[in-house]
This record gives sequence, structure tokens and C-alpha cells, in this order.
Amino acid sequence: METFLGVDYATLWFLVIGGLFTGYAILDGFDLGAGAWHLFLNTEKDRRIALNAIGPVWDGNEVWLVIAGGALFAGFPVVYATVFSAMYVPFMLFLTSLIFRAISIEFRSKEPMRWWRQSWDVAYSLSSVLLALLLGIVLGNVLQGMPIGENFEYVGNWLEFLNPYAFMVGVCTLGLFMMHGAIYLIMKTEGRLFLHLSALVQKAIIFFIVSFVITSVYTLIYFPHLSDRFKESPALFAVPLAAFLSIANIPRLITKKKYGLSFVFSSITVSMLLIMVAIELYPAIIMSTFDAAYTITVHNGSASEKTLGIMLLMAAIGAPLVAFYTGFVYKTFRGKVQMDENSY
Amino acid sequence: MDVEVLSRIQFAFTVAFHYIYPPLSIGLGLNMVIMEGLYLRTKDPAYERLARFWTRIFALTFGIGVATGIVMEFEFGTNWATYSRYVGDIFGSALAAEGIFAFALESGFLGVLLFGWNRVSPRVHFIATLGVWLGSMFSAVWIVVANSWQQTPAGYHVVGEGMQARAEITDFWAMVFNPSSVDRLSHVWIGAFLAGSFLIMSVHAYYLLKGRHLRLSKKAFKIALIVATVASLAQLFTGHRSADGVSKNQPAKLAAMEGHYDCLGVADMYLFGWVDDETQEVYGLKVPGGLSFLIHGDFNSTVTGLNAFDRNDRPGQVNAVFQFYHLMVIIGMTLIGLTLLAAIFWIRGTLFEQRWLLKVFVFAVILPQIANQVGWFAAEMGRQPWVVYGLLRTSDALSKAVTANQVWFSLILFTIIYSLLFVLFVYLLNKKIKHGPDDGEMIDKRPRQRQIAEVYAS
Ligand code: HDD
Ligand code: HEM
Ligand code: HEM
Repeated sequence: METFLGVDYATLWFLVIGGLFTGYAILDGFDLGAGAWHLFLNTEKDRRIALNAIGPVWDGNEVWLVIAGGALFAGFPVVYATVFSAMYVPFMLFLTSLIFRAISIEFRSKEPMRWWRQSWDVAYSLSSVLLALLLGIVLGNVLQGMPIGENFEYVGNWLEFLNPYAFMVGVCTLGLFMMHGAIYLIMKTEGRLFLHLSALVQKAIIFFIVSFVITSVYTLIYFPHLSDRFKESPALFAVPLAAFLSIANIPRLITKKKYGLSFVFSSITVSMLLIMVAIELYPAIIMSTFDAAYTITVHNGSASEKTLGIMLLMAAIGAPLVAFYTGFVYKTFRGKVQMDENSY
Repeated sequence: MDVEVLSRIQFAFTVAFHYIYPPLSIGLGLNMVIMEGLYLRTKDPAYERLARFWTRIFALTFGIGVATGIVMEFEFGTNWATYSRYVGDIFGSALAAEGIFAFALESGFLGVLLFGWNRVSPRVHFIATLGVWLGSMFSAVWIVVANSWQQTPAGYHVVGEGMQARAEITDFWAMVFNPSSVDRLSHVWIGAFLAGSFLIMSVHAYYLLKGRHLRLSKKAFKIALIVATVASLAQLFTGHRSADGVSKNQPAKLAAMEGHYDCLGVADMYLFGWVDDETQEVYGLKVPGGLSFLIHGDFNSTVTGLNAFDRNDRPGQVNAVFQFYHLMVIIGMTLIGLTLLAAIFWIRGTLFEQRWLLKVFVFAVILPQIANQVGWFAAEMGRQPWVVYGLLRTSDALSKAVTANQVWFSLILFTIIYSLLFVLFVYLLNKKIKHGPDDGEMIDKRPRQRQIAEVYAS
């Protein structure tokens, strides 16, 4: 087996793809969170500022999803094929919501009529909420495993994706993104809107923490296998601990008005939670609840070593480039939102 | 209808819809790069106004291109799971490369292109425009490479048997430069340049006819006309190269394109016609032995026909492939004629007096769009019944876990949303065109180096 720094290629790709989805969750997470708050903002001006806060970056953030999807297809074709066809309905809803969000952002500002803008506001906010929920629902299904049979084909029923656990993970994801998005908006705004958001963020934190506790307890009781890895190597408890500390840190930093830092910590929270997911799953990716023989693991679900090697090279060349463009855009649009004739 | 038919309809519908927009973005991008480049060179603000105007329209085509493109990326997994497992190694790498090298570049600079006019210097803005355009060019590279591999697989070996079989890369560069990728990529790129340039010519011809924005419109029309003239001539060349490649690598497709059935007979070339699959006759206007001549340089040479293949190994809808292919070629010839005619009038200095020709150009915008669509339909339907030519059949490539009802659901959903999208697109495009390149707020707030220097000097 080919290895790099002592880690086999398949595991390395598991980490890379995990990293990409984490990047996506951190970046598009705040866009979706900001979108979920949209209807809570009252005036036309506030809504425009909130939209323009994510205006120049949301499209670039969405690209992380595209890259992560491509990397999953290339690195773990079996996972890509099985999960996507198994979760057909949620994915189709996800795709259509993505379209709705994109066109709402683009088209809202194109006409001044009240009914026009109101309709797009509703479409924008609802699609953001739905996207966060659906991401969580798919994650919930991945966590609890799926009925997978011969040739790694899904053998379950199409409605099975909508189970209470998955729904709970969805709500928790929504809470997380809403907290994350509110903090982002606070950093980008000033004046009355800033104060309004400072009040909202408190609610978001409570919402997230409550739903997170419920989900955790649910996991511990009903899916004890997910904590096996932690029991095997207690050192891994550092990760949930770090997650817990960074969550606890956020309200503290907010009261101290250190918004930049609290955004850093809400990003850390997102990544810690996803690292926990990775630890809980590995080396399986999708556990088969139908027959353990069909569980898709990092090894039986990956592409050939040759492809994994080629893609590693591509990632090594591509990553600095992506970091460069991303840095360039964020630098050009740093600071509070300023609107001009090119704004949404 | 069964899952296979429904999934095929859904794929064809979503990809055809997606393919309205990328060619416009790529083609407009090229023209915007030229406009901004001219602005940097000549400092004539007219070019900057043009670039700003077309950027606004570009934002529209690009936005819809992105929204509909993401659907494509995930549709392979949702609807073609067996296919995805089979080609994951190859197709997945191309998609991942597309993401890292192309989409990241495009969307990274897009923010600066759209919102950075007042924040960065003209030179940096030009670089952003160039970055976005190059990104869109690269994304065409990877997606066409992946698709070309499906047409003419190379650089792989098959491991496993039955439903477990999958293709693995043995030689990456052989996979990338498979026999058809270079020809098809150049053909697709140029098709995109034509789509963008004809949109620009259409809009500015409309202004010229209405007597609006005359100075700007003349400049823009000329830029786009140069691009379109070169591109339409080059398209004949790359199209010919593609046809040549098809004759070597996919003889059944070529035979379908010309409705040639005889196992080994002299092949005619039709200017237009109608294929009767029952009687294996083609009714139409033909150049006897024309196809034989094009392929072998000899009117009496023989060409493999459809009957040389088993019924199950050759495309079913011969007439459709024939019609789509011929429509593309007819349009290609029309575009050459139109652009050359306009170029001649330009040289004579009477281009903008030919009102009838400008009227033709207003409507000609639809031609490259149709050619792009039917080109894909000919290429993809001619590949049938294979998804991966000679290796994997379309009927085996499906997601076994998906039911017909689910596909009905998504198909209806997409139909509704895409109709809405299309209506909005046309509405907003029309609005932007009516509004035109002038706007009151066109005040440049960027610090101008020279003026600042003068202030300090005095
Ligand atoms: C000739 C070029 C071409 C062709 C044949 C296709 N595309 Fe496309 N695609 C583009 C050229 C392009 C583009 C110009 O690069 C777009 C349009 C707007 C944009 O952002 O990029 C794009 C957008 C786009 C996106 C969104 C990227 C983003 O978020 O920025 C995805 C995921 C795809 N495409 C995927 C596909 C797939 C899976 C296709 C095949 C079935 C496909 N495209 C055909
Ligand atoms: C490389 C990725 C691609 C894959 C896996 C793919 C696969 C398929 C499949 C499975 C179908 C349905 C079967 C059929 O009815 O033909 C199809 C049809 C079609 N595809 Fe592709 N295709 C790809 C790329 C493209 C691209 C980039 C375009 C153009 C933008 C395109 C245009 C079409 C069209 C127009 C059809 C309809 C043809 C028909 O109904 O027979 N395809 N393709
Ligand atoms: C001028 C004469 C033309 C000829 C002889 C020609 C020839 C061809 C051939 C043989 C193919 C099939 C390639 C394959 O299946 O591998 C093709 C595909 C295609 N053509 Fe053309 N073409 C012409 C003009 C045009 C024009 C004007 C456009 C668009 C503006 C266009 C757009 C396309 C597209 C998008 C495809 C599908 C992608 C591909 O397979 O390359 N073509 N063309």
C-alpha cells in the first residue's frame, strides 16, 4: 500500500475530503446562517447590507462544495454513488434550494417593487434554512448508517432519510450555522443593525447549545457504536473537549465585544464537530445496517492508488492557488460593508 | 416510463439547459478581456463603459451557469450510480481538477470583477477579468476531457467483473489526451466564442438600428465581428478534425450522422435529407461519394456503414443524429457567410449603412446557440447505446436504488424551476439591454495616479 508520511493514501484522502467539507461548512455555513436570519431583519436597508455582507464571497464559498463533491467522486466513487443515489430526494431538494438561493441573491436587487423584493427575501431565507437542514439530515443518515446491500446498492426505502435522529442533526446544524452567520454579520455591520444583531446572536447561541445537547444525548443512547473509537483511545477525548471549550468561549467573547475572535471560535467549533464525526466513522464511511459485509470503508470504497496519488499532486499544486485567490478577495472586500452602484 | 428513459430525459434536459449559459460566459469573457485590454492601451473610456456594461450581462449568464452546473455535478451520483462507480477514477479526477484549477479561479476573481470596479486599479481589474475568463476556459477543458474519455476511452484498464467492474487509470496523460479530446475541446471553445460574440453583435446591432449609443456600439460590434469571423472559419476546421476523428474512432456514429447503412459501400454526403430507418433509405440532396471523398480523398472508396454493427451496438435514432448533425453544419456555413459578408462591408466602409444586415445580426444570436445544442445532441446520441463507448451500456449505468417516481419528482421540480429561471433570465437580459451601457452613476471613484501626482506636484 502506498503511503505518505506513514499514512496510507486512502486515509489521507479521507482526511483531505473531510477538510474540504469542513472548509465548506465554515465558509458557506456563515452565508447560510446569514440567510436564515434574513427575515428577522426589518428594514430594506438592513436586508441589503446583510446581503452585501456575503455578496462578494458566497459564490466563492459555494465552490468548496463543488471541489469537495469532485474530490469525493474521484477519491471515493463508491461513497459518492451510493450515498447520492440513496439520498435522492434530499439531494434533489438540496440542489433546487441552492438554485433558489443563488437566484434570490442575484435577482432581488434588480427591481425596486416591494412585492418583488419581499418574495425574493422569503425565497432566499427559506432556501438557506432548508439547505442547512438538509446538510444536517444527510450527515445524520451517514452517522447512523444505511441499509446497503449487494454491489453497494442502497436497499432501503426512499423515505427512510427522514428519521427523527437525522432530523435532529439537521436542526442542530441549522442552529450552528445561525450562530456562525450572526457573528459574521456582526463583524460586517455597524449602527442600529449591529445592535439588533448583537441581540439576535444571543438567541442563536442558546438555540444551538440546546439542540446540540439533545443531539449528543440521542447519539450516546441510540448509537453507542459511534463512541467506540473514543473508548478505544481516550486521548481522542481531546477533540470533544476542545469542541466544548470553544463553544463555551463564544458567548464570553461576544460579551467582551471581541467579534473577530468569536468568529474564529465558531469556526473552530464547526471544525471540531466535523473532526468528531470523522473519528466516529473511520475506517468505515457508511456503515451498512443491512449486512456488515457491505459496509463501505475507506479501503473498499476508494479509487485506485494511482488516482489517489495523482490527485494528491493536484491538491498540492491547487491548494496554494486557491488560498491565494481567496485571500485576495477577502482582502479587497475587508472591513464593514460599503455599498456602491455595483452592489446587490 | 422506466427509470432509464426518465433519467436520460432528465440528464439531457438539465445539461442542455446548463449549456445555454457556459458558452455565453466563455464568449463574453473573451470579448470583455479584449475591451478592457483596449481600455488599458488606449485609455479611451468608451472601452471601459463597454466592459462595464457587458460585465453586468456576464454576471447574469454566469450566475445561472453556476446554479445549473452544480446540479450536473451531483446528478452523476444520484442518477447514474453504476456509471459513477465505473468511471470514478477517471471522471472523478477530471471533475476534481475542474474544481481546483478552474472553478476556484473563476469564482475567486468573480467578486473583484463584479464588485471591484471602484476598489482596485484598472490593471488589477483587468487581471481579475482575465482570471475569470481563463477559469471558464479551463473548466471547459476538464469537462470536455471527461466527456471525450467516454467517447474514446484511453489510458485505463478494467478491473473486476460484472457489476463490480471499474475502469482504473493506467496512464494519466493518455487519459487526458485521449484520441478525441483536443479536437473536441477546440470545437467547444470556439463554439463558445461564437455564442458570446453573436450576443454582443446582436445587442449592438439593435442599438445601431435604434440610433442609440452609436459610438460605443460601432466599437463593440467591430470587436465582436473580428472574433466571430475568425472563430467561424476556425470552427469549420475543428469540426472537420472532429469528423475525421469520429470516422476513425466511432465509425457507427459517423455512419449515423450521414445515414449510411451499407456494410462496406461508397458513402454519399447529404446537404440535407430525411432518413427512413425502416427502408434504410435517405431522401435528400446529396453529393454522391462525398463522405468517401472527405474521409479517404477518393470518391469511390468504401466506408463502414451501420449494418456492419449488431443492432444492439449502434445508435437507435439515426434520423435524429442525422438531422442534428446537419443542422449544426448548415448553421456553421451560415455563420461563415454572415461574418464574411459583414467583414467585406466593413472593409468597404459601409457596414453600418446595411440596415438589413444589422437586422439579420439582431436575430442571428440564436444560431450559435442552436448549433451548440444540436452539436452535443449529435455527439451524445451518436454514442448510444454506450455511456462509455464500447465498455458500458447506458442501460447498465443507472442507479439501481432510484425508482421511477423519484425521477418523476425531480424532473418535475427541475422543469418548474428551470422554466422560472429562463423567464427571469430573458426578462432581466431584456431589461439590461433596454437600459443600455449608460448609467448616471458611472462615476469612477478610483484614485487616478496621474491626477494625484499632479495635486502633489502643484
Ligand atoms: C464548454 C464548457 C462547459 C461544459 C460542456 C459544461 N460546463 Fe459546467 N460550467 C462551465 C463550463 C462548462 C463554466 C463556464 O465554467 C461555468 C458557467 C458559469 C460558471 O461559473 O462556470 C460552469 C459551471 C459549472 C458548475 C458550477 C461551478 C461553480 O460553482 O463555479 C459545475 C459544478 C459544472 N459547471 C459542472 C458541469 C458538468 C458536470 C457538466 C457536464 C455534464 C458541465 N458542467 C458542462
Ligand atoms: C462527461 C460527462 C457526461 C456524461 C457522463 C454524460 C452522460 C450522458 C448520459 C448518461 C446521457 C443520457 C443518455 C442519453 O439519452 O443519451 C447523456 C445525454 C446527453 N448529454 Fe451527455 N454526458 C456528459 C457530458 C455532456 C456534456 C458536457 C454535454 C453538453 C453540455 C452533454 C450533452 C448531452 C445531451 C444533449 C444529451 C441528450 C442526448 C440524448 O437524449 O440521447 N453531455 N449524456
Ligand atoms: C462548420 C461546420 C461544422 C462541422 C463540420 C462540425 C463537426 C462536428 C462533429 C463531427 C462533431 C461530433 C464530434 C464527436 O462526436 O466527437 C461536432 C460536435 C459539436 N459541434 Fe460541430 N461542427 C461544425 C460547426 C459547429 C458550430 C458552428 C458550432 C457552434 C457554434 C458547433 C458546435 C458543436 C458542439 C457544441 C459539439 C459537441 C461537442 C463535441 O463533440 O465536440 N459545431 N461538430
